[in-house]
Amino acid sequence: MAALYEGYTLCGLATSQNLSNSGIQGVEAERDSDHVVVTDSTRSVTLYKVSDQKPLSSWTVKQGQILTCSAVYNSQTKEYVAVSDSKVIRIWKEEDILLDKAFKATVSSDVWRVHCAAGGEPVVLFQRGAVRLLDSLLSAPQQPIEEVFAQEEAIRWSTNIVTESHQLIIFTTEQKGDHFLYLQRLNPNTLQRYRLEREEPGLSPLSFSASYRDKHIRLLYLYPNGHVYHSVVPVRGLGADEGAQALPLPRSLLLDLPVGEGLLEAASAQILDEAHVAVVGLPHPSAGAGKDFLCIWNTNFQTLQAGKEMAGKIYGQLWGYSNKLFIPHGKTLSVIPYECPKSSLASALGKLRQAKTEESKAPTSVPSWNNILHEQKAHPSRTVETRKTRTNHKSQSSPSLTNDHILELIKTAPIEEVQKELVVLLSRTDIQDLQPSVGQLASTLVSRSLDDPAFYTPSSLAQLVYTRCLCHSVCPDLVLLALERKDYFLCQLCLQFFPDIPEAVTCACLKAFISMPDVDAEKVSLEPDSVSLMETLMARERGPVGLQNGFSPTSNDEHRSDALSGGGSGAEVEEKTATQPEQICPVGLHKAILLNEVLQTAYSDYFLLPHLKDLSSQHVVLFLQYLQFLYLKYSQNAFPQMQGLRSPSLTQIMDWVCLLLDAHFTVLVMTPEAKGLMLNFHTFVKSQVRLVSELGKIEGSLHELNKMKVKKEIGQYSIEVIELF
Amino acid sequence: MGEFKVHRVRFFDYMPTAIRAMAFNSRTERLALARADGALEIFNFADNYFQEKVIPGQDGRAVEALCWVGQRLFSAGLNGEITEYDLENLRPRYTVEAYGGPIWNISINSQETLLAVSCEDGTVKMFEILEERIQFQRNLDRQKGRIISLSWHPSGTLIAAGMMDMIKIFDAESGRATHRLLVERGVGASKSKEVVVWSIAFLSDHTIISGDSAGKVQIWDGLTGTLVRTHLVTKWDVLALSISQDESSVVAGTSEGTVVQFQFLSSTVDQHDKEWVRTRTFKNHSHDVRALVHTKIAVVSGGMDTQLVVRPLLDKVEKNTQESALRKVAFPHRSLVCCAKKAGLLLFQFPDHLELWRLGESDGHGKPGDSLPVERKPEKLIQLKRKGEDHICCSALSPCGGWLAYSTVTSFRLYRLQNNNISITKVSKLPKDLRSAHQLCFSSDSSKLFASSNHSSVVVVALNQPECKYLHTLKPKSGSRQPVHLLFASEDGKWLATANTDCEILVYNLEKLKLHCTVPVYSSCPTAIAIHPTTSNLVVVHADQQIFEYALVKKEYTEWSRKLQKQGLHSLWLERDTPITHVTFNPKNPAHVILHDMFMFCIIDQSLPLPEAKTLLYNQMTLRSLPESERIIHSHAFKICKNFQHLMCVRLLDDHSLVVVERPLLDIMSQLPAPVRQKKFAT
Repeated sequence: MAALYEGYTLCGLATSQNLSNSGIQGVEAERDSDHVVVTDSTRSVTLYKVSDQKPLSSWTVKQGQILTCSAVYNSQTKEYVAVSDSKVIRIWKEEDILLDKAFKATVSSDVWRVHCAAGGEPVVLFQRGAVRLLDSLLSAPQQPIEEVFAQEEAIRWSTNIVTESHQLIIFTTEQKGDHFLYLQRLNPNTLQRYRLEREEPGLSPLSFSASYRDKHIRLLYLYPNGHVYHSVVPVRGLGADEGAQALPLPRSLLLDLPVGEGLLEAASAQILDEAHVAVVGLPHPSAGAGKDFLCIWNTNFQTLQAGKEMAGKIYGQLWGYSNKLFIPHGKTLSVIPYECPKSSLASALGKLRQAKTEESKAPTSVPSWNNILHEQKAHPSRTVETRKTRTNHKSQSSPSLTNDHILELIKTAPIEEVQKELVVLLSRTDIQDLQPSVGQLASTLVSRSLDDPAFYTPSSLAQLVYTRCLCHSVCPDLVLLALERKDYFLCQLCLQFFPDIPEAVTCACLKAFISMPDVDAEKVSLEPDSVSLMETLMARERGPVGLQNGFSPTSNDEHRSDALSGGGSGAEVEEKTATQPEQICPVGLHKAILLNEVLQTAYSDYFLLPHLKDLSSQHVVLFLQYLQFLYLKYSQNAFPQMQGLRSPSLTQIMDWVCLLLDAHFTVLVMTPEAKGLMLNFHTFVKSQVRLVSELGKIEGSLHELNKMKVKKEIGQYSIEVIELF
Repeated sequence: MGEFKVHRVRFFDYMPTAIRAMAFNSRTERLALARADGALEIFNFADNYFQEKVIPGQDGRAVEALCWVGQRLFSAGLNGEITEYDLENLRPRYTVEAYGGPIWNISINSQETLLAVSCEDGTVKMFEILEERIQFQRNLDRQKGRIISLSWHPSGTLIAAGMMDMIKIFDAESGRATHRLLVERGVGASKSKEVVVWSIAFLSDHTIISGDSAGKVQIWDGLTGTLVRTHLVTKWDVLALSISQDESSVVAGTSEGTVVQFQFLSSTVDQHDKEWVRTRTFKNHSHDVRALVHTKIAVVSGGMDTQLVVRPLLDKVEKNTQESALRKVAFPHRSLVCCAKKAGLLLFQFPDHLELWRLGESDGHGKPGDSLPVERKPEKLIQLKRKGEDHICCSALSPCGGWLAYSTVTSFRLYRLQNNNISITKVSKLPKDLRSAHQLCFSSDSSKLFASSNHSSVVVVALNQPECKYLHTLKPKSGSRQPVHLLFASEDGKWLATANTDCEILVYNLEKLKLHCTVPVYSSCPTAIAIHPTTSNLVVVHADQQIFEYALVKKEYTEWSRKLQKQGLHSLWLERDTPITHVTFNPKNPAHVILHDMFMFCIIDQSLPLPEAKTLLYNQMTLRSLPESERIIHSHAFKICKNFQHLMCVRLLDDHSLVVVERPLLDIMSQLPAPVRQKKFAT
């Protein structure tokens, strides 16, 4: 689940009178993730250390001159490159104090931008579409520059991408309402031209963003009507007749963002990773019409992952470097750290989550689909933070920093220290902030435990599971680790809180629980709620035998012994019925509790069935006996579910009975000790069928009840008007 | 046609009482019916089941059994008296004390000479039928325990008597009990309770059929005194039995409200050994079926739920005819509501009191379908309890609202009302001739009161402050002795029309105080009559739903009436099964005749064409959906409104608003005692 952290201010904006312009020309990465170069729209370039929110140095061109493109940092030569007055390329080093004294070269054509991606050489893109490597340009500054564009074609946006083998310049142009995408490869130089599909007439893309993955350029562009399209362009060109013809660029609608009233004016969309897009300048879907939000959308699930209100005007500018977003808004340039961990549908939605138990417990941090898409002001998604909470958070340190320390700590430190640190961390920070890192913490802990047999931190793991930010997909080895270390309490918690435990793991748990000797089981300490539930259930063992749905277990004894009188085991069964074995819980208290957890996990029977077949016949019989016991308890008047405790439902029990019978039918038929059990189940089914058929008989009359018209109430006296024709 | 403001009144708490006994005279096709309050009703089954006569009840008269002896009607009840009724003057003729404690049943032998009476003290008493009275003859051997039911053998020599736990057969001549048939008690908890043989039938082949409180219908051989067959019919009681005249079918009524039919059939074709087979079950009642009659074509049943149900046996009638339709009689076939048109007052007649109400008011105007805000609520002005033990038989309120009159079979009372300050004064000095009345009517100017008296005569009384003066007695020339059941005085004060149950309609000229004319007698009994205020045409509606219009001055049927007879009424109109109980006119439009039955009211526009056989009779919905220009093509004379149901009364007030008094059957049902508990699914 992606998250936006508390932001901070990098610098103020020297906004001009007309507020349409932020005054910032560009933000470029510098030597590492903590340094950026900010170029303002007039004369100065400033180097910042981001985490310190502090300018390190600044350069200014002479009055009368103007910087026409944002300065870039060439990490190979440790030089800065900028262009002033469109034609003068300036190159300087950090030690240079005065720009005027630094290197200058005047070229023969107007420069659009200088690009320099990390690991690539600086490239100069001219306004008429020509591209030169900076080195080759400087070797002959006055060399003639060809015109690539047609008349009235103007460049709108450009970027530079370095792949394994190529350096690419991507830029878009506009010509009489048509938009084109150019893909310029360097060494060897090839140019490919694509035509963008037209959106509604009069709408031009507001922003572009490009990323590279698997030999394809992924282009993302946002239109004023909130549509975010995405197109994929192969890096390897088509070859022969390049640039001759503008190919149509296929596109697909990635997101249809809510735009509120009217069209968007200043907005921007930025690719964060393959599944996330940051969008600024759009309204939050659950926070009214104001368009001053920064949001992270998951494009796979079309869900809003995080949102943040940005105070002041949004200029539709957005840069993102190394997990930080740079947004000019109002009178400041803010830095907002973000995180986009790999997201899974399970963690976004949960798998067959029991809504009933959710309500009673603390709210989860996993918002429901409905909340995200349709839900409104009543519960604004909790990631929308108001000013108030933001001020509260200011006093706290940014958790992402400490997390890294702890992660390191887990890998090496002794058990006690790790546990202590984790307790401190978990008690200190808001779970919401912690959420993305919980998965990392847990998987680090688990992998350490797996590697190091002596290392195991049950309480910390339990605490992490309790945060409800974990799910099985995030930390796939946790349950098995718990089983291996016989930490049944943790198993119980996982079964309770993980929505997406695979059927194989569920079955492994079941197997472990059922084969565990009762003596061992009693030593386990378990969650108190579930214990009290089972205690009440077992306390009623000697209670009066109730009659539910016309089925009384005892009334069928006669019938059963009739059926068995031919068989040799008749006497044995009769002896059994005399003591009513089904009224006594066949397993111990704690074992029963653990089995209950298994019963309540979500599963798909198709996947569960093959794993169930691995159970031995003794275990199957025992489990069936337990299920029968539960069924009888539930059939009697006392309905444990009424107490509001988490307990398996009657349908869950019946489903499991069916599954077990399906998986082991032949074995059970052949097993003599299962005979009584099977006959019991047979009578259950018969009584149920009878009930259902009786209900079926009155179905018609019940339908009629629905159809009955509500008659108008006529009192003792009324004066009415009628008309006769 | 127009809009009407309708006062929809539901505060008339009319509550019919339970049916206790019935007797059917197959010669005259009259059904006599006794209710729990002692009232007797006579229905003419030959004339659309019209309720011809009502003899009001009396406190303390609990009729348990009814018996026709020729045209004479006898009843007996738990007060220990046998009563013969005067069906011409609608009152008991005389009563005879039987001196045997409460009487449970009476039965006449087939020769109609001896009336057997079963008494609480264990005796069966024989009364000889004489011309004018009955005379005690002798007792049969006295038994221990009450005798509940009785049945004569058709030969007249034997009597079967149902008792507690047993049936006895008596020799009618010697008075000795010849057989004793023991009736088995119910099983389970009711084992300790005596079984009551509620009803018994003695067939000419000496078969005895009994119905008892254990829910059994049993067939006995009366010669040998042996039980032939037991049919367990219900968990509760079998209360009534009735046998068809040809002794091939028996019906049994139970406490569950069902009627079970048994038929004497051979089990296989062309074999002669017939036996009693249970064939059909009818469920038309919600409560006990206390009284049953098996006529030739139908089963007539009645009981606690107060409705008389005529259920035709479909093997005896032609299918899909009017005859084959189930009929329920829920309301009396006469009006219990009187309306003072000018004053906006309603008079409700109950057996033991009268209620006078003032209608509410509303100033609002609304479009059709609206309910208007009620600005003044309706108000009960007076509740007048009757004096004496006889129940009220008729009542009237003058159109101005200033006079109120009611009559029982023994007394007549007239009151002067002052509505402004709500006072009621009894008029003490009454003419001697005004002893009792069958029907009352005020003239439209409230200056005269007409009271129908003995032998179809009408007493005319002038009303003046502070007393009233006898003016005249109008007597018919025909010499009919039947009571007048309809009276109507014309608006202009010139005419008085009367109708009696002999189907005679007489019109008197009030100025000359002379009989003006006799309307040609029609075979069906008139159910409503009215004289048009301007044209002086008499409109008569009969029990068979026919409508006639008779011009009084010309003494002939009007053109419209002839046209109607020539073309015939619409079949759907004729198929209605409740009689028109009131006719009135619209003073704003002389062509409008307003009439109503229990389920609809109708405005007949005489200026419009009559409905053809193929046209839709109930066409208000269609007309509503049509644009105004097309309505005239589709409209016909009968404007029927079914918005209001279970109508007790529909009147047009002088301010041109309608008053509709409804008494929903559901409301009546809800006031009945709880029926016997029956297992229903999921209860």
